[in-house]
Amino acid sequence: MVTNITNLGRSGVSDWLIQRVSAVLMTLFTVFMVAFLLFHPHLDYAAWSGLFERTWMRIFTLLTLLSIAAHAWVGLWIVSTDYIKKSCVRLGVQTAVVAALFAFVVWGVQVLWGA
Amino acid sequence: MSTLQVSMYRYNPETDDAPYMQEFQVDTQGRDLMVLNVIQMLKEQDSTLAYRRSCREGVCGSDGMNMNGKNGLSCVTALSEVVKNNRLVLRPLPGLPVVRDLVVDMGVFYKQYERIQPYLQNDQSTPSIERLQSPEERDKLDGLYECILCACCSTSCPSFWWNPDKFVGPAGLLQAYRFLADSRDTATTERLSGLDDPFSVFRCRGIMNCVNVCPKGLNPTRAIGKIRDMLLSNAT
Repeated sequence: MVTNITNLGRSGVSDWLIQRVSAVLMTLFTVFMVAFLLFHPHLDYAAWSGLFERTWMRIFTLLTLLSIAAHAWVGLWIVSTDYIKKSCVRLGVQTAVVAALFAFVVWGVQVLWGA
Repeated sequence: MSTLQVSMYRYNPETDDAPYMQEFQVDTQGRDLMVLNVIQMLKEQDSTLAYRRSCREGVCGSDGMNMNGKNGLSCVTALSEVVKNNRLVLRPLPGLPVVRDLVVDMGVFYKQYERIQPYLQNDQSTPSIERLQSPEERDKLDGLYECILCACCSTSCPSFWWNPDKFVGPAGLLQAYRFLADSRDTATTERLSGLDDPFSVFRCRGIMNCVNVCPKGLNPTRAIGKIRDMLLSNAT
């Protein structure tokens, strides 16, 4: 058993599951957005703003944003443990990644509910 | 043309500052020899050459090496399978410390094998004759028990190159599943709890280099997938 404390789920199986579930959610959002843009070739501000005024769209977008954050945490944690061998540098990079992802999520909430 | 150009990795830490490639010419007389036969001919040219070999028929797993960029057992690899443009490049298994020439230190590989406890564990009372298995239960071990621990798979795996101290590697995980799948083994929960971290099993990214090189035609990637399924159903 290898002990780890900076990965998202604290265990390999939870990280693995989070990465798969978040990937499915991001795929659904991507398919939805591509379809929306195809069905609205002359997209204006009113239609775009109207879409994001709906509560279900805000929840869907926030869910996707959280999925991106979780997916990136798991993925970049793996990359950092593969390539950064010096532990103080690795911990610094991991902290910076998590802080940046947290900032993006809070900023995203502000964008979604702030307007 | 029967003269084969062979480029051989040479390194003797007692006399050499750095590894280098030594060029040899070998007269194969047009025969499709096994790579090990060629190495034996090189040994006649230069007796300082060091390599491991034993059974010379793909059973002992001693002569795993990198031949023209692909890991395999030199005793069961014919020249026609690997030689391109009449040239053969021989290197030790990648990712392990070189002791000398083609001889590598397999310590970390065996350490990972030891970690998965490769022996039957059973807490039930000892039966009077033997522990029985149905033919179906025995069938589950096919494709698992045949591993000869040559290390061709683990040393072709980038995840094992990066984290040989934490990632068990395809050879160790194939054996881990061999005991997880055994109906006579009762330590399944303990075995799974030792593999539930982000490195031991989950560092496998499923690129199947292990399947590509296994000289016995085994499929460690499939075994790793089954361990992952067991971990998932155990944890959800």
